[in-house]
Amino acid sequence: MTATLDRPPEAPRRSRTALRHRLAERGIDRQLLLLVPAALFVILLFIYPFLYGVGLSFQPAEGGPLAAYREFFTDAYLRDTIGTTLGLSLPAALLNVLASVPIAYRMRGRFRGKRLLTTILVVPITLGTVLTAQGLLNFLGPTGWFNRTLLSSGLVDEPVRLTNNYWGVFFSLVITGFPFAFLLVLSYLSGIDPTLERAASTLGAGSWQRFRRITLPLLAPGLATTFCLTFVLAFSVFPSAILVGDPSGTTRVISIAAYEAAYVQYDYALASAVAVLMGLVELIVIAIVLGWRALLYTGSTAGGKG
Amino acid sequence: MTRFEQLRLDGVSRSFAGQAALADLDLTIRRGEFIALLGPSGCGKSTALNCLAGLLPLTRGSIWQDDTRLDTLPPEKRGFGMVFQNYALFPHLTVRKNVAFGLQMRRVSRADIRRRVDEAIRLVHLEEHAGKLPGQLSGGQQQRVAIARAVVLEPSLVLMDEPLSNLDAKLRLEMRTEIRRLHQSLGLTTVYVTHDQEEALSLADRLVVLRAGRVQQVGTPEELHTSPANWHVADFMGYRNLLRLRAGATDGATLAVSGDGLELTGTPVGDVRPGAEVIAGVRPEDLVIGPDSGAGVRAVVEVVEYQGREVAVEAVTDSGLRLNLRGTVRPAPGDRITVTVDPARLLVFPADPPGAPEPAVEPDRADAPVATG
Repeated sequence: MTATLDRPPEAPRRSRTALRHRLAERGIDRQLLLLVPAALFVILLFIYPFLYGVGLSFQPAEGGPLAAYREFFTDAYLRDTIGTTLGLSLPAALLNVLASVPIAYRMRGRFRGKRLLTTILVVPITLGTVLTAQGLLNFLGPTGWFNRTLLSSGLVDEPVRLTNNYWGVFFSLVITGFPFAFLLVLSYLSGIDPTLERAASTLGAGSWQRFRRITLPLLAPGLATTFCLTFVLAFSVFPSAILVGDPSGTTRVISIAAYEAAYVQYDYALASAVAVLMGLVELIVIAIVLGWRALLYTGSTAGGKG
Repeated sequence: MTRFEQLRLDGVSRSFAGQAALADLDLTIRRGEFIALLGPSGCGKSTALNCLAGLLPLTRGSIWQDDTRLDTLPPEKRGFGMVFQNYALFPHLTVRKNVAFGLQMRRVSRADIRRRVDEAIRLVHLEEHAGKLPGQLSGGQQQRVAIARAVVLEPSLVLMDEPLSNLDAKLRLEMRTEIRRLHQSLGLTTVYVTHDQEEALSLADRLVVLRAGRVQQVGTPEELHTSPANWHVADFMGYRNLLRLRAGATDGATLAVSGDGLELTGTPVGDVRPGAEVIAGVRPEDLVIGPDSGAGVRAVVEVVEYQGREVAVEAVTDSGLRLNLRGTVRPAPGDRITVTVDPARLLVFPADPPGAPEPAVEPDRADAPVATG
């Protein structure tokens, strides 16, 4: 009788609170389980169609499971789209990142009008590709202001072709991709402790050495990430390749090939195969860049305790 | 590295948005001296240091190293070493490469770099950590890397911006001794910024007390400790009892002061006229506790703090003034005591004229990439 009375009455309650602690000890936060519905939604909406597409690419109407891929690689008109797309997207992404660095570097401090300047630099992101393409046609086209100025000033005898070819798409990729790269690089740069450069200057480093030896190494991992993101954006270029490019020739990018396969030839297996290859090429480029990034210092960018 | 005989600051001033953060600093630093710039936050001491380092352009004035004008040179051309409050170690470089950085910038030969870096690392006892990144070190170790990085260049002048403020109390005492030892053994000339009067008094050969961007007093630790020039300096030097009183009759050497039910005799400092409002300052340890029956100011003990050999006592006089006392006598809270003071130890300063200038607030560090407050 006394034994049962001595038993602590809060025993069951203790085991109830202990569940959360037991989960926590295993690194599980019970509230994270609330993410399960969202995760299921993502799986349904994204991963399932993706896997369906991959499956589709292995089920061509004839010729065995790899026929669609074989067709892509034997047909030069299809195969060359990879080179064409890389030829546009790699230089554009590189230029976007490299051009962002000096501009963001000058703008990393606080100064009057910074917000206005940032807004102006970022506006092209909000315009969308079609509006940009239209602007490019008006401005850089054979009868656009740019060529009319060149002609009337006597610098050229006939209009410089800057649209409906490689350069039109390239400019469009730079105009839409630069703001994105700039914003990312600016935020990476603002994360670097400004006293580091001051310390370097008291140690005798001039401005180029400060940038080269201190800021650039700390910024490089961020540049790699920025490059990957702008590259992916540029690699899937579609509207501007048609609007300001030469969609049957020099700017026949891989997304055009996928579109034609799907909606002109109604060959869904080939279209899926092109899409899968497109993803694969992107992954290879990203893997190379991130592999290089892994060799860099990627830790804290603060100079010590603050 | 070039050695100078003296470094002269001539009316150095710096304003932020029209507000003076540092006004007319005149100071001559002799070779081998340890100078401490002391003052509360916002007094202009860091501004002065950054002006000296070249990280902040001067608004007015000039800086001379012997006969060479320095204030027009960028920081990288001045050849000073600087230790930053947050250490500012390069996080992507090992301890060894951090220390070697300045030598590489000066194009010292590879063999010399190796030798001097080894020596500097040995000097701060970090031999085992030479290959680590700063992030793998403790705060005290990071601080020593920062010091090694500055002194390895054998700079003509070492600037230290509150280098110990991020360390815990025990480490702070150790590093304080370490800094003084390095200063002496390397024959450095050091300018040290701090808001900690104890640190400044124990380290420096001469102190410069700043307030609201203006120099209040320059002197040796003894001079500042025993004869502060005004009540602000006194406040900073540990005169915790500052009583707002009125001056009475004077016999030349001593002066009667009264107010709030107190009648005391003190020593005038500066221009104190009878009848004027004054501030009388006295250190807690110079107030003598006597028994209730004795002569002196009557008070009731409120708080007693044990501090090792001594006790700190807070007592309230009958008129409601709070006094801080310190001594070996250990009263109990609630005890009635009398308090007396040696007239030589009660310093009577003129009060500030109304409308005295307030300090300009220095802008935040993040304001500009190179300029700092």
